[in-house]
Amino acid sequence: MELTILWYLIPSLLMFCCGVYGFITRKNMIAMLISLELMLNAVDINFVVFNRFLFPGELEGMFFTLFAIALAAAETALAIAIIINVFRVSEKIDVDDVTKMKF
Amino acid sequence: MEPVIPIIILALPLAMFLVLGLFGHKMAHRTAGILGTLGMGVTMVLAYITAFTYFFSGSSEFINEEGIRLQSVIFNWDWLAFTDSLVIRLGFLLDPISALLLVVITTISFMVHLYSNGYMRDHHGVWETGFQRFYAFLSLFSFSMLGLVVATNIFQMYIFWELVGASSYLLIGFYYTKPSAVSASKKAFIVTRFADLGFLIGILILSFYTGTFDFTNFTSVGVEGMTNVYQIDLTTSEGVRNWIATSPAPVFMGGSVLTWALVLIFMGGMGKSAMMPLHIWLPDAMEGPTPVSALIHAATMVVAGVFLVARLFPLYLMEEVALNIVTVVGAITAFYAAMVACTQVDIKRVLAFSTISQIAFMMVSLGVARPEFHHGLGYMAAMFHLFTHAMFKALLFLCAGALIHAIGSNDYTDMHGLRKYMPVTHITFLVGCLAIAGIIPFAGFFSKDEILTAVFGQSIFWYIWMSAVAGLTAFYMFRLYYLIFWWKEHKVHEGHHAPHDQPWTMTLPLVILALISCVAGFVPMGNLVTWNGHPMFESVNFFTNLGALDWSVASISLAVAIIAILIATVMYKKENPLPAKMKNALPRLWDWCYHRFYWDELYMFITHKIIFGCISKPIAWFDRHVIDGSMDGMAWVTQRISYAIRGLQSGNIQLYVWIYLFGVVLLGAITAICLF
Amino acid sequence: MFSNLLIYFVVIPLLMLAGFAICKNIRQVRAVAVAGSILLMGLSVWVLCDYLALRAAGNMEEMLLRGEWTWFEPLNIKLAVGVDGVSIAMLILSSIIVFAGSFASWKIDDARHFFMWLILLSTGVFGFFISIDLFTMFMFYEVALIPMYLLIGVWGTGRKEYSAMKLTLMLMGGSAFLMLSLIGIYFHSAPEGSQLTWNILEISQNASISTGWQYFLFPMCFVGFGVLGAMFPFHTWSPDGHACAPTAVSMLHAGVLMKLGGYGCFRVAMYLMPQAANDLAWIFLILTGISVVYGAFSACVQTDLKYINAYSSVSHCGMVLFAILMINTTALTGAIMQMLSHGLMTALFFALIGMIYGRTHTRDIRLMGGLMKIIPFLGVGYVIAGMASLGLPGLSGFVAEMTIFVGSFEHTDMFHRVFTIVACCSIVITAVYILRVVGKLLFGPVQDPHHAELTDATWWERLSVVTLIVSVAAIGCFPNFFESLIRFTFSPEIFHAIGLN
Repeated sequence: MELTILWYLIPSLLMFCCGVYGFITRKNMIAMLISLELMLNAVDINFVVFNRFLFPGELEGMFFTLFAIALAAAETALAIAIIINVFRVSEKIDVDDVTKMKF
Repeated sequence: MEPVIPIIILALPLAMFLVLGLFGHKMAHRTAGILGTLGMGVTMVLAYITAFTYFFSGSSEFINEEGIRLQSVIFNWDWLAFTDSLVIRLGFLLDPISALLLVVITTISFMVHLYSNGYMRDHHGVWETGFQRFYAFLSLFSFSMLGLVVATNIFQMYIFWELVGASSYLLIGFYYTKPSAVSASKKAFIVTRFADLGFLIGILILSFYTGTFDFTNFTSVGVEGMTNVYQIDLTTSEGVRNWIATSPAPVFMGGSVLTWALVLIFMGGMGKSAMMPLHIWLPDAMEGPTPVSALIHAATMVVAGVFLVARLFPLYLMEEVALNIVTVVGAITAFYAAMVACTQVDIKRVLAFSTISQIAFMMVSLGVARPEFHHGLGYMAAMFHLFTHAMFKALLFLCAGALIHAIGSNDYTDMHGLRKYMPVTHITFLVGCLAIAGIIPFAGFFSKDEILTAVFGQSIFWYIWMSAVAGLTAFYMFRLYYLIFWWKEHKVHEGHHAPHDQPWTMTLPLVILALISCVAGFVPMGNLVTWNGHPMFESVNFFTNLGALDWSVASISLAVAIIAILIATVMYKKENPLPAKMKNALPRLWDWCYHRFYWDELYMFITHKIIFGCISKPIAWFDRHVIDGSMDGMAWVTQRISYAIRGLQSGNIQLYVWIYLFGVVLLGAITAICLF
Repeated sequence: MFSNLLIYFVVIPLLMLAGFAICKNIRQVRAVAVAGSILLMGLSVWVLCDYLALRAAGNMEEMLLRGEWTWFEPLNIKLAVGVDGVSIAMLILSSIIVFAGSFASWKIDDARHFFMWLILLSTGVFGFFISIDLFTMFMFYEVALIPMYLLIGVWGTGRKEYSAMKLTLMLMGGSAFLMLSLIGIYFHSAPEGSQLTWNILEISQNASISTGWQYFLFPMCFVGFGVLGAMFPFHTWSPDGHACAPTAVSMLHAGVLMKLGGYGCFRVAMYLMPQAANDLAWIFLILTGISVVYGAFSACVQTDLKYINAYSSVSHCGMVLFAILMINTTALTGAIMQMLSHGLMTALFFALIGMIYGRTHTRDIRLMGGLMKIIPFLGVGYVIAGMASLGLPGLSGFVAEMTIFVGSFEHTDMFHRVFTIVACCSIVITAVYILRVVGKLLFGPVQDPHHAELTDATWWERLSVVTLIVSVAAIGCFPNFFESLIRFTFSPEIFHAIGLN
């Protein structure tokens, strides 16, 4: 059985949808962050897969994925830091509860 | 004539005003008083020189070979050019009436300056606070009044007209901590301002259609071979009239433009000269210090309206209607004021109403003046009366000032029987009363007789009317005289000094003015002041005026005056119940007279209830609630809408994602529909 | 660029701003403010002399001392400067008021920042008056408006946030109209196919705005500037704004900023779109005629000193716009004279009100009385300001009003005549409210015993007041100088040049 491109894309699509679903429904900021990571990783998979199947001799997609992973790491670190700070201030990490800085 | 002296006449009082106004508070009271008086004295001498030169030098600038007096523009500086022809100039026009008024104003002003040195301090010699300010304002007034009478154009007159109004405001409100004085000054200013509105519109109309402000262009033609010398000539007025008639001038509400202009200008004169119905400010103006009343509200400023009409007299001759209005307004005012004067208690108010009545005499006299009748006798009579009235009315006011100064009250009920205590005041006051009542040979007799003759020549009805007013005049003046100096013995309250005559600074002006009042009637005014400069008599001597009397009129008016005086004597010489009986016999009439026919109440009603209550307040409310409310309303609506849609920008990222997804689906659907 | 004299009207305030930035204490701030405003005053006198000399030498161009520097090539935006008699009069007025205003705010809190904003504002004002490029003009106009928000919002009194917001919003609303119309003018500034321009003189020479467009653009432009000129019914920012503003800001605002409105109405609306100005005048005559009488009547029943003066400004500024609409030499001269006169006397009023308020801590005339005895200097100043306002000859109000009335009456149309007479009536109503407030505030017995302790004006207050009084009296006593300075701009030839007879 040959692994066609669909074998990669369908899990990635599922992963992305899970991410979107989680991002929309979860109120907990950590959960939202995890959902965000899911979406990012789904996209990363797509990059790699398309690179591999469409332009086998080239590496741009791979590099872009590496970039995205690095960025995601940085972003997660930042987000975790913010969430921890928010937790310290308000003892909660639900998005709806953090309204202090809103007009 | 060289312009030096005229310039000094105007500049000196102005300089005095500036000096006393700016540095007065650093000066001693006495210095300020002396300085002001000296300044005015010099001005007076210079004015005499000017008037003397004008009348008697015989220079060709002032009189031509036929003995006709000319108008001479001594200097004329451009002050403000609106257009090429409409230019406000500040100048000095010397002609019979301005020369006459120069004399009157400076004389009275000097007397008042002198008198105030004594009046403006109490019995212990303590100076009134603001004494220097008082002199500064007096100087300002003198400057403005002089500028008014020598005006070469109607706008210069308007400028000084406003200035005299302002100085009158400042002087009436001299005791500015006294609420009644403040409201009186306010009233005087606003009422005259209202009248000035008419004056201003009149000027606008007149100047628009004639294209000039200059009096000499309205009423006179230039004398050949001379620059700046003019002769009064009806033909130019005719020219003015043709000008107005030929230009596309609309006839407005049945009157020609000229009529309207003249009537509106006369409205300005009515305000300043306190003609009905704009007279209400003058009695209240008595809140000012008495010398001010003598100077401004008896002798000079209030005759500005008469002067204005006299100045434009050739134009008025063009429009009979305007002159008739002058006559009627004058006659009604004269009678009204005389009636009211019979009932007042405050001696200054009696004098104030008497002033209104006498000025109305002058107005009537101008109104009935026609060139056909004795060379415009009415015009001469009005000016003559202006001159004599200024002297004896100033005298009466200064006497009243002396009485008030001695008694400390304005009401005759506090005076009674003062003849023994204040002999000088008594005699001079009596002279004043005889003069105003028109007893030969005092000043008022001659001038009033000329007026009555002029009225007689025009209309029998007004003649009878005015004779009755003359009788009333004699009656109320002697009523006042008896009530002050006779009636009953004066009671000196314990612990008070008996009233006594005043220091020389106050007595001297009284005596001088009394002397003038005795002899002023003999001035041959007919040869000095006539409407077109033509002399009335071939030659003059001391008895010219006596000789020129129309005895049929004179004897009647003399008889009327004497009868009125006799009635007053019977009623008021000794304490008796007659006055009370008379009052009770005609309670309604007496009440109306006493309350001045409720004019003040009417005005109060109009200003407070109608103007403030029905116009100003609603406008202010409208502004705050409707205009501003609609602006606030716009802001409010905007804000509401913002609140309504701000839910979309909640900051909740999950909501954003939902909206985003919705948008994606929608766009996808649209694309799909469009594609397939 | 710096060889042109006019550019220094912007450079000096900018240098002053830099100066304030490095000031350490209030003394230095004052020094910079005073030195700068004296320099500005000197500069405006210098420009005046220069201008007169050039005119005397027979230079009959419309604008003198011109300079032009490109700013943004693609849209042909330039920094173009030039002055005529009218702008010079306005420059002199502004510099006098900035000078007096500096002294009037001698003791203000946080002086450094206050003066920075104040001078930024005056940069805008000066820039506006020297510009002849519409875009630059508009930019300076906005520069003059914005600082007002902070000046009132921070240093004001009473409901300052509300007033500041209201004032700014209403004026910005006006600006929006204005910008639309300016852009409209730009796109019709030259005949089809040639280079478009923002330059006022070129636009008026091209005269290529069609009548239809004029009908559309003129009302927007007139209303846009009219809002700042307190035209009925867009005047309500004025009472609230003035009431809450600090002294110097009220002075500058009523004295100079409101003149931007009148100046703009004349320089842009009337000058560039004469046809529409002539045809549509009746609409605005009604509005300004209402302004004149309505403001005066409203002032009669106010109890707050600043409200009285703000409404009186509505009335007097209404007169300016009223006269502009008459479109003849005399009336226009009168309009500019009225701007000068009103600017000076209202600044004087606001200065005095500020000084009185600083002492009594109230502006309600019902709570004050008899102040003349206690603070005679301020009292006399107030009376003089009042007299100027009600048009006493010898002070500036008289000449301005009379010029307007005589000029307006020259318009032979019955409708214009009637409105002239209606406007004349305002002199009586003015007398009523001025005398009412003078009587209540200064005369009569002392109302509040605490006021008996008040001290009279300090030297800087005196200087400020005397400067303004002298200016008011100078215009009142020697009006011909000012009128002939202004009148040149309105000479018949130029009317002809812009398409009017």
